[in-house]
Amino acid sequence: MTKVTMTINGKSVEANVEGNTLLSSFLREDRRLTGTHIGCDTSQCGACLVHVNGRAVKSCTMFAAEADGAEVSTIEGQANADGTMNVIQQAFQEHHGLQCGFCTPGMVMTTAALLKDNPKPTEAEVRAYLEGNICRCTGYHNIVKAIMAASGQDISAIAAE
Amino acid sequence: MPKDDGIGAATVRREDVRFLTGAGRYTDDIKTYGEAAAVFARSTVANGVIKSIDTSAAEGMPGVLAIFTGEDFTEVGGNPAGWLINSRDGTPMHEPKRPVLAHGKVRHVGDAYAAVIAETVEQAKNAVEAIEADIEELPAVVNMKDALSGTDYVHDEIGTNQCFDWGWIEDNREATDAAIKGAHHVTTLELVNNRLVPNAMEPRCSMAQYNRANDEYILHTTSQNPHLTRLLISAFVLGIPENKLTVIAPDVGGGFGSKIYHYGEEALVLAAAKKLNRPVKWTADRSESFLTDAHGRDHVTKIELAMDAEGNFLAFRTETYANVGAYLSNFATATPTFLHGTLMAGNYTVPNVYVNVKAVFTNTAPVDAYRGAGRPEATYSLERVIDKAAREIGMDPIALRRQNFIKPDQYPFASAAGLEYDSGNYDALMDRMEEVADVAGFAERRKASEAKGLLRGFGVNAYIEACGIAPSNLVGVLGSRVGLYDAATVRVNATGNLSVMVGAHSHGQGHETAFPQVVAEMLGIDASSIDIVHGDTSKIPFGMGTYGSRSLAVCGSAVVRATEKVINKAKKIAGHMLEASDSDIELKDGMFSVAGTDKSVSFGEVALKAYIPHNFPLEDIEPGLEETAFYDPANFTYPSGAYCCEVELDPETGKVRVDRMTAVDDFGNVINPMIVTGQVHGGLGQGIGQALLENTTYDENGQLLSASYMDYAMPRAEDLPFYTVDHSQGNPCTHNPLGVKGCGEAGAIGSPPTVVNAVIDAMQSGGKNVTHIDMPVSPHRVWSAMQNA
Repeated sequence: MTKVTMTINGKSVEANVEGNTLLSSFLREDRRLTGTHIGCDTSQCGACLVHVNGRAVKSCTMFAAEADGAEVSTIEGQANADGTMNVIQQAFQEHHGLQCGFCTPGMVMTTAALLKDNPKPTEAEVRAYLEGNICRCTGYHNIVKAIMAASGQDISAIAAE
Repeated sequence: MPKDDGIGAATVRREDVRFLTGAGRYTDDIKTYGEAAAVFARSTVANGVIKSIDTSAAEGMPGVLAIFTGEDFTEVGGNPAGWLINSRDGTPMHEPKRPVLAHGKVRHVGDAYAAVIAETVEQAKNAVEAIEADIEELPAVVNMKDALSGTDYVHDEIGTNQCFDWGWIEDNREATDAAIKGAHHVTTLELVNNRLVPNAMEPRCSMAQYNRANDEYILHTTSQNPHLTRLLISAFVLGIPENKLTVIAPDVGGGFGSKIYHYGEEALVLAAAKKLNRPVKWTADRSESFLTDAHGRDHVTKIELAMDAEGNFLAFRTETYANVGAYLSNFATATPTFLHGTLMAGNYTVPNVYVNVKAVFTNTAPVDAYRGAGRPEATYSLERVIDKAAREIGMDPIALRRQNFIKPDQYPFASAAGLEYDSGNYDALMDRMEEVADVAGFAERRKASEAKGLLRGFGVNAYIEACGIAPSNLVGVLGSRVGLYDAATVRVNATGNLSVMVGAHSHGQGHETAFPQVVAEMLGIDASSIDIVHGDTSKIPFGMGTYGSRSLAVCGSAVVRATEKVINKAKKIAGHMLEASDSDIELKDGMFSVAGTDKSVSFGEVALKAYIPHNFPLEDIEPGLEETAFYDPANFTYPSGAYCCEVELDPETGKVRVDRMTAVDDFGNVINPMIVTGQVHGGLGQGIGQALLENTTYDENGQLLSASYMDYAMPRAEDLPFYTVDHSQGNPCTHNPLGVKGCGEAGAIGSPPTVVNAVIDAMQSGGKNVTHIDMPVSPHRVWSAMQNA
């Protein structure tokens, strides 16, 4: 067991973890933050994506012990301070950018990372950035549309509904 | 009305808030006190005799609580096939037992032969490694045609790998043969409908609890149809009385067919929970999903289209080999037969149709319904051979289709494949498609592509499908062992809000938003006061779940019927309150009023009165306001559509990109256009994935080569375009109360032939006379086809 200290969604957390405990398992099992999902075992699907020290990380590729001292944000920490959904979350709802919801936390976290680096991405840039996130429900149309809307761009040219 | 959250409103989804904030509750998110972990020992060979399984070393490993093998389940039943298919000669299909754990033999890579229950997943995994299984590998049966000619068997006791040899309609065979023999022109095409893995993003997961105080079980599981799962476990597999088993499918992360079925892991965790008197959970990893979720498609087909000298269709004749894998999954025998053969007349007035399907056991994962289930296979065969025929006789592919379309004045239309289509207008769909896709502008766009050194192709498709899968009478005749109605209970609470318990399950389809829109419209109250309850057999009436684009057409109709009963009773109560006859009571905008007067009471006042029945005429009206309806429709619903796409093909590399994709569908009336459009988008994504990217590959030893996201090409955002989706041309279904047709599978049915037809057109435009290419249309296949043309 290794003692780790980290900040998760602004709260300081101290825990003892096995050396081989993945950050994804630590968040889900130990912290009961089950919004971070496990969709594959090869770091391909992106359902487990969180931010570690402000960078997008697939939490199934990192040991919890490696996050010692880090600032971790998960989907549970994304809403506005007053509890309302943030701009990205609202855009996903407004533009039907989710169906079953399983890939959604990873999509929202990926979008937050994208827009931080590139506040006005083109469609091609959005699609390229989603390379590591798989959605099986939406055919991506409304995800791309929601992301562009969240960035404040005019999306009226993209097909309706 | 219309209200802003009633029928026809693009209301945003209420369920989104929990999914967007991490508050969704999927099965693996549920953690129960004392929960133990199950991990399965799975075969690494495709076909083998289990000589012995030595668990003694594993039993002593840290944390191990119990180990199960096939020996532990010899006294219980097997997981059955839901449809009985008879062969052409009248003999019933071969139906081998599908045990909870493999016993005697393993039959595909991933077939589970033992399970370890331990305190933690890691301990269970370590113990699985310590199980000594002596499995003698036998030659694997992988290729379907080899399977039928060889002497190695998946099920030795059957003595053949042919499950059935089915003819549809057998009485039409001779007439079809004669029509083809005498035809002016016959176009023949041999094609493969590639095997796919459904790949719901949430891996399967099952968690069982047992309460010895009352001998009751609770199973949380990733299911599209909790009552069907309970029925299968109770009546066929474990024999747990239905009233002692609650099945709960909480939030489910996509299904696409793969979560319709009962799987052995569900039975195992139930048995383990009882034995240990502890909750037991199993969660698949993605490799297990690839190896053991029911796969889709996998047909090898020869289709012939006969025409007269004017291009009128005279006959379609099809011979299909359908892979069912190592065991019969619950719908496996219906998918290549009644969900496929009955659609082989397409949108056309063709008088002769004959379909022969040979279902074949192989040492591969079971194959069953995947989004579209048989109908994508039918549409793909038809719409590919029609395109080839148009090219052969020098006719425009749209004109050839139009010439043979069923016309609007011909409904109801009895198709040559045995269905009665209720409504449609295929020319209007084609007109609309040509308009919204700007087909007239294609020539200019082709020039622009060619200026970049790229080939541009145009592909078209017309489809019809039969969905809203139901009529119990009809499916009973066709071999179904279950009824296919659905059910709803509308409970008006005393304070005027509603709980609507439905048999359909929502795992992405937006029922929690769309179903209240229907009830709100009928009652004239805010949808926000109406909640849907689904997925828990202890709370909902006995419904058959969600698949075959049936939720709204069948369960939504049950919601309508139950709401009508509520309205009728509410009118009686309002009549009593207003001292009027209930026949004089009108309901409008949530108010009950006496016709021709200003006397009225609100819906909320009636609800309260129902539960505080002071001065009630109890001999005429019972207290309470809650009604249940079971709805069993008269027919399938028949959505149809006209699709087109334009691809750009790089002749240097063979790489194909879908540039424009247009889907114009007739879904009848639409409740929530935003959700319907989203359903089409998803189907298009999966259909384009099938056409360009996805393939499930077993090697000659039955090893699955495409068993991870590194090897199986899932469509990603960069692989897909924005789509144009239109459902303005709705012809209401004539037999359900909402006039709705199913929309969930359309995109996956209509898009694969559209894309492939466009790729062939692109190659033709580059001077390469390629008339056929199989899916997935990979760069390697395209490049090779063009080099060899």
